[in-house]
Amino acid sequence: MTPLIEPNTGFKFDNVKRNQLLSDKGYMTPTATKTGTTIVGLLYKDGVVLGADTRATSGPIVADKNCRKIHYLAPNMYCCGAGTAADTDYTTNMVGSQLALHALNTGREARVVTAMTKLKQYLFRYQGHVGAALILGGVDVTGPHLFTIHPHGSTDKLPYVTMGSGSLNAMSVFESSWRPNLTRDEAVEM
Amino acid sequence: MEYNGSAVVAMVGKNCVAIATDKRLGQRALTVDMGFEKVAPVTDNIYIGLAGLATDVMTLHDRFRMRVNLYKHREERTIEPKTFSNMVSHMLYERRFGPYFVEPVIAGLEKNGQPFICSMDLIGCINYADDFVVAGTAADNLFGMCESLWEPDLGPEELFETVSQAMLNAVDRDSMSGWGAVVHILTPEGVITRELKGRMD
Repeated sequence: MTPLIEPNTGFKFDNVKRNQLLSDKGYMTPTATKTGTTIVGLLYKDGVVLGADTRATSGPIVADKNCRKIHYLAPNMYCCGAGTAADTDYTTNMVGSQLALHALNTGREARVVTAMTKLKQYLFRYQGHVGAALILGGVDVTGPHLFTIHPHGSTDKLPYVTMGSGSLNAMSVFESSWRPNLTRDEAVEM
Repeated sequence: MEYNGSAVVAMVGKNCVAIATDKRLGQRALTVDMGFEKVAPVTDNIYIGLAGLATDVMTLHDRFRMRVNLYKHREERTIEPKTFSNMVSHMLYERRFGPYFVEPVIAGLEKNGQPFICSMDLIGCINYADDFVVAGTAADNLFGMCESLWEPDLGPEELFETVSQAMLNAVDRDSMSGWGAVVHILTPEGVITRELKGRMD
């Protein structure tokens, strides 16, 4: 007996041929919501501070004035997302649930490198088509960690990072002010 | 997105929500139908409006109806607005690399009477709002109208006036939408549906 609905795992590519036909005939494909973002992260003495703006854009129009860009991954880890909004939402959600299962399977608190590896391997598999640019930060048994993950799957481990269209503006602040062993309040202020 | 033309808006009031749609169905410049409503009931307490390519609007309305009925059979209760919006988002993201060309707008009342609205882009990125959400070719116009006319805690009748003015004036500045409009006001007592008399061009 065939199921009423096909199983709900993974992407479906049914409409690709039809959509290609439509765009060849001159149908303007609509734009997905992008975040048009500034996201930042920095390491301080005992931990990580993550920051993000709250604007989501659809072309030149602001679609959401107050959206959440800092996504929960685990009790000890959060992830800022820039790029295509649906991609950042779903990717972080998916890896968050994988981490919860991983933590239950291992009986240990999930490590930041685990999340980073899961994310980068997923994004590389999709060769950049999943448009998620992420700043992952958290504290685990090995200490505080901060990573950037680009849509094609490359990662960097750094003491301070910025991503998104506003990254240059934010980086100029960090480059002039960051120093090691900041206090929490100084880090939040920065 | 600009082949058929559409305008959909949802607004939050005091213990009520409104959702409105225009009625034009076009094929570029030609108007084919003046009774194509893009908003359909999902349950007694949830309405969904789909702006965008008409064939996908029709297909998705049917698919949502099937999924909601299946949910009702399995869960032995009706689906809540927030759950339904996540279901819609999931169904759209499944087609991430060959999407349906629609922008959904969902309006409903939670079990405790709390109003709920949200909108999504074509791949399912949910935008929750506590004031208003818009979609369609007249979206930019609707943004402008709603931003100026909306205020918090409007009662059902005041909300109706606000939504109607936002809709009528927005579609008058958009060649691809209009030809009349329909407004649904959802209150704990029931749904009030009214047709708007607008420019038929």
